[in-house]
Amino acid sequence: MSKLVRNLAAGLAVAFMVTACGGGGAESTGNGGEAADEPTAESSGAPERGDADLVIWTDALKIDAVKTVADAFGETNGITVAVQAVSSELQTNFVTANSANNGPDVVVGAHDWIGNLVQNGAIDPLQLTPDQLSGYSEKAVQSTTYDGQLYGVPYGIEALGLYRNTEVVKDEPKTLDDAIAAGEAAKKAGDVKSALNLPVGDLGDAYHMHPLYTSMGGYLFGVTPEGDHDPNDLGVGSPGSVEAAKKIAELGEKGQGVLRRSVSGDNSIALFTGGDAAFLISGPWALNDIRESGIEYAVQPVPGFAGEEPAEPFMGAQAFMVASNGQNKAFAQEFVSTGVNNEEAMTQLYEGTKLPPSMTSVQEAIGGDDPDIALFAEAANQAQPMPAIPAMAAVWEPLGKAYSAIVGGADPEKTMKDTGRTIAEAIGKS
Amino acid sequence: MAHASPPSSEADTPPTSRPWERKERHIAPLLFKILALGVVVGIAFALTPTLLGQERWGMLAAIWAITGVLLATYATGRGLPAKYLVPGTLLLVMFVVYPIVMTAQLSTTNFGDGTRGTKEETVAQIIGSSVVQDPDAPRYNLTVGTQGSPTTGPFAFFLVDPTTGEAFLGTAEGLEPADDEVTVTDGFVREAEGYTILSPTEVNDAGPELAEFTVPTDDGAIRQLGISQAFEGRTTLQYDEDADTITDVRTDTVYTVQQRGDREFFIDDQGSRVSDQSWRANVGLDNYKRIFTDERISSDFIRIFIWTLMFALLSVGTTFILGLVLAEVFNEPRMRGQKIYRALLILPYAIPGFISLLLWASFFNRDFGLINETLGLNINWFGDPTLAKVAVLLTNLWMGFPYMFLVCTGALQSISTDLKEAASLDGASGFAGFRHVTFPMLLVAVAPLLVSSFAFNFNNFNAIYLLTEGGPFTPENPTAGGTDILISYTIRLAFGAGGAQIGFASAVSVLLFVITGIIAAAQFRATRALEDVN
Repeated sequence: MSKLVRNLAAGLAVAFMVTACGGGGAESTGNGGEAADEPTAESSGAPERGDADLVIWTDALKIDAVKTVADAFGETNGITVAVQAVSSELQTNFVTANSANNGPDVVVGAHDWIGNLVQNGAIDPLQLTPDQLSGYSEKAVQSTTYDGQLYGVPYGIEALGLYRNTEVVKDEPKTLDDAIAAGEAAKKAGDVKSALNLPVGDLGDAYHMHPLYTSMGGYLFGVTPEGDHDPNDLGVGSPGSVEAAKKIAELGEKGQGVLRRSVSGDNSIALFTGGDAAFLISGPWALNDIRESGIEYAVQPVPGFAGEEPAEPFMGAQAFMVASNGQNKAFAQEFVSTGVNNEEAMTQLYEGTKLPPSMTSVQEAIGGDDPDIALFAEAANQAQPMPAIPAMAAVWEPLGKAYSAIVGGADPEKTMKDTGRTIAEAIGKS
Repeated sequence: MAHASPPSSEADTPPTSRPWERKERHIAPLLFKILALGVVVGIAFALTPTLLGQERWGMLAAIWAITGVLLATYATGRGLPAKYLVPGTLLLVMFVVYPIVMTAQLSTTNFGDGTRGTKEETVAQIIGSSVVQDPDAPRYNLTVGTQGSPTTGPFAFFLVDPTTGEAFLGTAEGLEPADDEVTVTDGFVREAEGYTILSPTEVNDAGPELAEFTVPTDDGAIRQLGISQAFEGRTTLQYDEDADTITDVRTDTVYTVQQRGDREFFIDDQGSRVSDQSWRANVGLDNYKRIFTDERISSDFIRIFIWTLMFALLSVGTTFILGLVLAEVFNEPRMRGQKIYRALLILPYAIPGFISLLLWASFFNRDFGLINETLGLNINWFGDPTLAKVAVLLTNLWMGFPYMFLVCTGALQSISTDLKEAASLDGASGFAGFRHVTFPMLLVAVAPLLVSSFAFNFNNFNAIYLLTEGGPFTPENPTAGGTDILISYTIRLAFGAGGAQIGFASAVSVLLFVITGIIAAAQFRATRALEDVN
C-alpha cells in the first residue's frame, strides 16, 4: 500500500472512532454553528443560552432578587429556570442575541430601553388587565407603556433625591436656593469641602442635572395628546431651557462655584460618604454606601428653586420584558403575567434590590419599615418618566456636554441653542 | 596488527539504512499525525449532521474545505513548504480575511438599530404587536387540548370563565359551551372526552403553532396568553401583501412603504409612521459616500486623522527613547543592583492596562487628583484640549516604556562588545560610538517592533476612551473631541446618537483598515533599507 493510502486509512479509522465517541455531543455543537451572514452574540458579556425551560437575563446587581422569584415560579410549575447575569451592555447584548435567535426568554431592564427594543422588534407586548394595572403606581405603568401597548411589568421605580449631611446642616431646606446657601455656609465654616455634590464631570451628566433644568422651566420633548413623547417638539433651545442654562452658569465654576466639572459620577457619592459634602443629589442606589459610612443623613425629594417650578427629576422604572425571539415564549408570558405580577414576588424583589416598589400595596406596606425608601418612592411618584422614544439616544451626550461646557463657563444661551440644533439634526437624520 | 581497521562493510553502512531502525525513529510523530488528522476529520463528521439539519451550507462547505486542505498538506509526504505555511495561512484566512470580508459585506447595508431583521420578520412583528385586548371580555383560564399530536395539533382551547365557572370549548369555528364533556377542577378543565390535554411543557413546546391558533368571536379572537390564560383581543393592523400596505382597521388609515433616509417605513398620508421598526436593506456605497459628503464627519475627519498619526508617532517615539536610554544606562556591567532596578522598571507593564488607565484618569482630576494635589497646581488637565493631549501622551509613556526597555535591553545585549571596543579604539566612543555603531544595529532588530507598536497605538482605543472618552468637547461639536482618535470617533458615530449604525461603522472600519494597512506597508518598505546594514 502506498504511504498516502495507508495514512489516510489510519486517519479515517481514528476519525470514525472519535465520531462514535463524540456522537452524543453533536446536539450541543449546534449552538456553535451560527449563520455566516448574521452577527452572532459574541460580545464579551453575553452568556450561552442554555437548555433551561425559562432563561432570564439581568444584571449583576439584581440577580439574587430575580433568582428568588424565578425559582419560586419554577417550583410551582415544575420547570427549570436559569437566571443569567450580563454585567455590561445588557441592552445591546440582548438585542444582538435575540435577533440571532440565541437570546433569553425574559429580560430585566430599564423602561427607557423600550423605545429602542420595540424599534428592533426585540420585545412583545403584554396583556395585563386594567384591574391588575391599577395596582401599580400610575407613573410606573405610564413609563412601560409605549405606542399604546404595555411592554413591561414594572417592579421598581427610582428617581433622584436630595441627601443632606445632618451633622453639618440641621434644618431641611425648603428650596434648592436654601440648600445651596446652607451648604455654602458650611463650606465657609470649614466643615465640608463642597456645598452640593451634583455629578457633572468633563462629559456632563444630563440625568443628574434634570431636576435643575425642569425647575427653571426646561423640557426635553413635548407630549402628544395620547401621552407619547413627540420627537418633533424638542425643548432644548427653547426659552425655558435657556433660563435653566443661565441659572446653571450662575452656579457653575465662573459663578458661585457650587457646580464643578471635577465632581463626576466616580467621586460624588464617595465625597459625600467621606463627610466632605453638605448635600448630595443621587438616587436610592447610594443608600447602601451612605448607611455603611455611618454619616448622619436625611433624604427628601429634590426641591425646586425659589419662585420657580417644582423640580421634576427623571423617573426610571425597572421592568420585566418578554423577548420576541425567545424559545419558550409561553413560559415567558406566564412568568411575567402571573409569576412576577403578584404581591409576594414584588415584595421579594423589593427586599432583594431595595428599589422603591411600583406596586402601591407594597409601597404602603414598607412605609413604616424604611422611611428613606418611602421618601424615594414619593420622589419617584412626583417625577416624570424618562422618554423612551429612540430619539432620546440623540439627546443624552450632546446635552450632557452642553451642561459641562456651561458649568465650565461657556455662554449659556449660545451653548443651549447650538445644542438644540445639533440634537434636532441628529434626530432628523435618523 | 592492533591498528588494523575494522571490516569496511559495517563502517560503510549508514545508521539509518536498517528498516526496523528507520520505523522506530519515526513512530511517535507518525502516531501524533494520525491522531491529529483523525481528530480534524472526526470533527468535520460530527458537525455535518447538525449543519445539514440547520441548512448552513456555507459553514458545511467551509469545514470540509479546511479538512481537505489539512489532509492534503499533512497526509502526503510532498509539499514541505506547505506544511509550514498552511496553519498560519489558515488562521489568517479564518480570523483576519474572513472578518474583513464580512465587515465589507455589512458596510453595503443599512444594518443597525431599527433595521435588524428582514422585511417579512418586521411586518410579522408589527402586525403581531398590534393586538389590543377587549377590556370587557373575561380573562379565561386556559387548558389546551388536541385530537391529534401534541406538537402539531389540531388544537382546541378549553376555557373557563373564572367569574361564572362556565366552561367553553374553543375551536377554529368558534366558541361553544362545553359543560357536559369536561371535568373542571380548581377553575381549570382537567379532562375532556376525546381530547388529550397538554401539559404545561407541551404547551410551551408547541409554541409557534399554538400562537397562530385563535378562536374567532364577534369582536376579534381569543388567543393564548402564557400557559394558563387566554384573552379576547383584536389585531388592529392588517397587512396586504399584494399592495404592500398596512391598514389600521380601527381608523381605516392606510400605511404605504416610503423611504426615509437610508431605510423604509410604513407611513400614512399625514406622514406618521405605523412603527419605528424598519428592515435591513442594501444601500450600496452610500455609507462610504456619507463619510466624505456629510459635513459633520468630513470636517472632523482630517483633524482627527492628523492627531491619530501624531499620537501614534509620539507614543512610539517617546516610549522608545525613554526605554532605550534606560536600557543603555543599565547595560553597564559595573552597575550594582541592576536586577532590582530592572524589576521595578517593568512594573508598569505588569499592571493590567485597564486598571492603570482608570487610575491615571483619576490622577488628572483638577480638584481632587493626585497630580494637582502633590504638585500644588490647579491645572485643568482634561478640560483643555492641548493639556488633555499632553496628559494622554504622558500616561501612554508611563505604560509603554517598560516594553521598549525590555526590547532594547535584549537587542543591546545581542550586539557583540567587540564592535564597541573596535569603535572606541578607532576614536568613536561615548555618544558617537553609540550613534554610529550601536544604534543602527539596534534598529535592525527593533524596527519591526516599532512598526507594530505604531500600528497598535494608531488604534489604541482603550488609552483614549478610558482616560478622556475622547474629550474635551465643545458645545458646537459634541461628536469630535480634543483627544479623539479615528477609532474612538468611529465608535461614537456608530453607536452614539440614533442608536447603533452598524452598517455605517463597518464602512468606517474598512476605511480605517485601508489607511492602517497602507501606512504599515509603507513603513515595512522603509525598514527594508535597514537590512543592508548587516
